Amino acid sequence: MKKLDRYGYLFIAPFWVVFLTFSIYPVFLTLYYSFTNYTGSPGEEIVGFANYTRLLTDTYFIEAFFNTIKIWGVNFALQMGMALLLALLFSDLRLKLKGLNFFRSFFYLPNLITISSVALLFGILLDWQHGSLNMVLMKIGLISNPIDWLAEPVTAQLSVSLILTWMWFGHSFIIVMAGVSGISTDYFEAAHIDGANRWQMFTKVTLPLLKPILLYIMITSLIGGLQLFDLPMLITDGIGSPDGSLNTMVLYLYNQAFKYNNYGYASAVAYGLFLITLIFSAIVFKGMFRNERATQKKGA
Amino acid sequence: MEQNAETRRMLPDSEAQPKRKNDRPLKVAPPKKEKSKHRVIRGLIYASLTILAIICFIPFLMMIINATRTNGEVISGFTLIPGNALLDNYATLSEYINIWTGFKNSLIISVSVTVLSGYFSALTAYGFTFYNFKGKNAMFIFMLVMMMVPAQLGLIGFYEISKTLGILDSFIPLIVPAIATPFTVFFIRQYTQATLHISLIEAARIDGASELRIFHTIALPMMMPAIATMSIFTFIGSWNNYLMPLVLLFSPEKYTLPVLMGFLKGSQVAENLGALYLGIAISVVPIMIAFLFLSKYIVSSISAGAVKE
Repeated sequence: MKKLDRYGYLFIAPFWVVFLTFSIYPVFLTLYYSFTNYTGSPGEEIVGFANYTRLLTDTYFIEAFFNTIKIWGVNFALQMGMALLLALLFSDLRLKLKGLNFFRSFFYLPNLITISSVALLFGILLDWQHGSLNMVLMKIGLISNPIDWLAEPVTAQLSVSLILTWMWFGHSFIIVMAGVSGISTDYFEAAHIDGANRWQMFTKVTLPLLKPILLYIMITSLIGGLQLFDLPMLITDGIGSPDGSLNTMVLYLYNQAFKYNNYGYASAVAYGLFLITLIFSAIVFKGMFRNERATQKKGA
Repeated sequence: MEQNAETRRMLPDSEAQPKRKNDRPLKVAPPKKEKSKHRVIRGLIYASLTILAIICFIPFLMMIINATRTNGEVISGFTLIPGNALLDNYATLSEYINIWTGFKNSLIISVSVTVLSGYFSALTAYGFTFYNFKGKNAMFIFMLVMMMVPAQLGLIGFYEISKTLGILDSFIPLIVPAIATPFTVFFIRQYTQATLHISLIEAARIDGASELRIFHTIALPMMMPAIATMSIFTFIGSWNNYLMPLVLLFSPEKYTLPVLMGFLKGSQVAENLGALYLGIAISVVPIMIAFLFLSKYIVSSISAGAVKE
């Protein structure tokens, strides 16, 4: 069997050749560039930590960080709230709602569409003068004058958050629902016998048991959210208008590298983004873990 | 047969379980008064759910209807009645861009990526599962760690190496990296460990089959459910990818559909809203039709990816 085991290398060789060339090497090359003033033509100089000190005081980057967090945060709160509420309704034993498949498909639909098409579509639907949204809202009588959604920082950020919610709540709902279906009915029956009401069942049985799934959704959504790029880029002018409110970290990275040719600095932005992602993921993990210990203590 | 049973075990059957809940033996019949109250609440819930479903769908409906109307009609207001400017809009659109070229490019890239990723991930997963070679565990852990690193981190280095290799403005840097997709390898390995027993492979060895032949004729067909699950996401991810082709492609005739959509925004087509809506509709409708047929499968795949580990 020993001789055959050498075949193992053969089987994993193509993977590693490509992985080293197109994934590992670029990551280290970017790290190298982040310490240089590379602008796309050979002859870059090593500048030490200059790019990183610049990053820490760069108001555009700091602003981009807060924009990204704000847009993601509002979207995540809404998306999870909706996903949990829907899962709660569909798993309720007394309501016995039907049509889960039908609704689930509809709720998931927006997630399948190319984001650049979504951005373009909402760009014109939200248009101040000719946008269908203003026309419909005025026809119903909800507003009397057209609102210029994408011209004010607050409404622009809120619009992007809501579009993201629209795109992602169905996805989260499917995952939460799968988690809820996996919980043994014994727990609910036991809680029922103990006289728990719906709210108590939800907070004391469902939520704690869903924790691993919620952690999964939160981490994946956070990592995706910190990389927000297509939607803010395409819904306005591509550099974060209005007032830099749609300037996200990856959009900033993209513009620094491929618009202004500041490859060296953009590489530092990439590593800054990576560090931020790591820190946030660690906080989420730790928060979840601490809660667990606290409940264990209470139980003991 | 056995394969199907395994798939079902792996993809949590969210259909069956709620039903089991409904049949719970402990069910206490609610008093009559509460029954009518429940009916009202249920009606309200159904109404809200329907409204939510409409909200999910209405932007697409607006898009399809506006695609059939002239610029003047689109500007003057929104109705649910389609216009008859579809062909004119198409003519306007075709003057500026060839949307079918974008379609073809996206299809070539996404299909190649899906096939390469599925085949080579299965190959790698097989190597990791059925052979014991030096450094195996270290390599696997290294792969898992690198899985956490976001794609943007290496973006600039990736652009540079493509430049060095002379493959900028071609499909190669968009397709070839699909050979190494760690998450798919990981997923297929987990599946293979649970479903494919080594005795099956040893039996084939005794029969004199070569290692590669065993992989192709015995292992690969049995890994198919896991490969198919991952393929859906690989395909959608590749089809919707915007950043990579935007950075790597320069010639408009090589643009993928998402890049073409971004390009459309700055072009003169944007002055004719009907034509612009039509362009978006053409990029969206095929995916919607595919979803109609695949929705059940997609939904269970999403659950599988999350609940598995």
